[in-house]
Amino acid sequence: MDNTLTNKRADRHNPNIATVLSIVFAGLGQLYNRRFLKGIIFILLEVVILITLIDSLNYGLWGLRTLGTIPGEDHSIRLLVFGVLSLIGSVMLITLYVFNVIDARNQARQIKAGCLPKGFKASIISFYDHSFPYLMTFPGLLLMIFVVIFPLLFSVLLAFTNYSLYTSPPRSLVDWIGIGNFKELVTVPIWQDTFVSVLSWTVVWTIVATTLQIALGMTLALMVNDPRIKFKKLIRTILILPWAVPAFVTILIFSAMFNDDFGAINRDIIIPLFGGDGIPWLSDPLYARTAVILIQTWLGFPFIFALFTGVLQSISKDWYEAADVDGGSRFQKFRFITLPHVLFATAPLLIMQYAQNFNNFNIIYLFNEGGPPVRGQNAGGTDILISWVYKLTFDTNNYAMAAAISLIMGMIISCFAFYQFRQTKSFKEEGEL
Amino acid sequence: MNPKKTSIVEVSIMYLFITITSIAIFYPLIWTIGMSFNQGTSLYSSSIIPENFSLDHYRWLFSINSDYLLWYKNSLIVSVSVTVGSVIITSLVAYAFSRYQFVGKKNALYIFLLLQMFPVMMAMVALYVFLNMIGMLDTLTGLIFVYLGGQIPFNAWLVKGYIDTIPRELDEAARIDGAGHLRVFWSIVLPLAKPILAVVALFNFMMPLFDFLLPSIVLSSKENYTLAVGLFNFINDQFANNFTRFAAGSILVAIPVAAVYLYLQRYLISGLTAGGTKG
Repeated sequence: MDNTLTNKRADRHNPNIATVLSIVFAGLGQLYNRRFLKGIIFILLEVVILITLIDSLNYGLWGLRTLGTIPGEDHSIRLLVFGVLSLIGSVMLITLYVFNVIDARNQARQIKAGCLPKGFKASIISFYDHSFPYLMTFPGLLLMIFVVIFPLLFSVLLAFTNYSLYTSPPRSLVDWIGIGNFKELVTVPIWQDTFVSVLSWTVVWTIVATTLQIALGMTLALMVNDPRIKFKKLIRTILILPWAVPAFVTILIFSAMFNDDFGAINRDIIIPLFGGDGIPWLSDPLYARTAVILIQTWLGFPFIFALFTGVLQSISKDWYEAADVDGGSRFQKFRFITLPHVLFATAPLLIMQYAQNFNNFNIIYLFNEGGPPVRGQNAGGTDILISWVYKLTFDTNNYAMAAAISLIMGMIISCFAFYQFRQTKSFKEEGEL
Repeated sequence: MNPKKTSIVEVSIMYLFITITSIAIFYPLIWTIGMSFNQGTSLYSSSIIPENFSLDHYRWLFSINSDYLLWYKNSLIVSVSVTVGSVIITSLVAYAFSRYQFVGKKNALYIFLLLQMFPVMMAMVALYVFLNMIGMLDTLTGLIFVYLGGQIPFNAWLVKGYIDTIPRELDEAARIDGAGHLRVFWSIVLPLAKPILAVVALFNFMMPLFDFLLPSIVLSSKENYTLAVGLFNFINDQFANNFTRFAAGSILVAIPVAAVYLYLQRYLISGLTAGGTKG
């Protein structure tokens, strides 16, 4: 190919034509750009997708819209699963298509600007370079789409249906009912009562239990860090023990110890010391709530303790010496040196602790299965939102309502997440990209 | 009071506080150990200091009457697979996110952060239906896949934050010497990221071992149970009657785990603070 010919062709080369061609059919733009191999691959891909996938995508999206029309034959929930997967598939295909158009346009521009087409080998290498990060992340992301993103989308959609034991396929069909579940949650008395009391207990639980474990952890970390205390290493090992024992084991043990009739707390501590018949730890809501908060404090403080111990040791002595020179009191040293240091270093993790307790299913369910039952409610006395959702799903099979409550939980959690976004340092670095 | 006396009072209060906490820590643990050595299986007749010391419950766990060893094996299978798989997947993802610029990177990072917050619980109906559809319900494989996918958002952040701190000059030097993408990953980044990968490995080994919720949804037949589900069902039906056996079973789980934790806690903390404050 001689130079003048190339230049002429480059001048006449029009990026708009390449764009339009690749919109009409994937790969045509690449052919126009004289990238024959790439173009043919794209065309083949589109043909294959059109032949094989388009029907099932269509069917999936139809299922998503209608959730089936013939009771007994159409399985609404399968259709919903299939629909969500089709939706994800469609988004991926559209992304690919957009990528194809952008690729054709960019390449046409380069040719117009006089860039010589790369050789076959060079373009393979450049393709490998560009696609490398995608190749690396692909397996992980694919897995994540199936076990995290797809289920979450499915739950969100489920919240707007009437899927429950009574509408359960294959016998009958599930229908879209819009925000019906949410309306029911705030208007029908039994749902309203339960929702309000469970939500308020969840908030109290999250705040009290988490704050207690942070306070206890911090107090102990400060004490053990005091230079006058001896046997530091031994004390630290002891204080970390509750963290080291698997939580599900400890909770079940506590559940036995707090048992009203034969538990060790009543039999060995309360009755010998105070007399009476012991405290109804498991059957009275107030005592049951006290018990779970105490147990969570026991379980949670060692982590905070270990965390703070680490940070405390990293605070430079210079700060305190400077404070001594200025005649600062001990409280002032704590308030203006220790506390800011510790909180600055651990704030995101502390927020995570609150989020974790908000979702702390294990302790609630394993301690007393959310009990004791409360009159006029369909959740137990210690049930937090997440264990209530579990019960609605697996005990009463009220899937749609469970999904609606999950969605509300998700929104609350997003607030935590939003705060976390702003706190995380590397995100700020990422922001400068 | 003079300063010396004040100091003695303060130190005594601190020791007293630490002692009370220690008693609160040890009481349930020692109680459980005591229970496991009691002769009868009933909680009514058991006491913290066994009247008739016996190893019956431990013997029973290892006898053919119990599925305990099977559950132990299942738990180990799940834990080991998740550990190996998560280290491979997470390091690949984190490397790409730390070192390359690509379309959708920032959005993906946002999504990761958001997804970290959501509990598996919210997705459980979908997971149940989906695993059922592809025939993976009540299999350890299904459970392993769910764990592997679910751990990515959190751990990818953790490892990415760490890889960000490895100087890029090292990569570039290797590039100049002719190393390719994978070569840089394998010979430069991976060896330097070992400490954080050890943390990821430990987390992912412990998490399936302790998790109760997910296995209780996915696994339904007794021979597929993991330890947490198995032990829970063990005492759930006849609480008072099986408790001493449960105690023995828990101790055999707790001791190795506690030993590993106490040994590695320093690394755990440093790993967490690295991930938490640096992202």
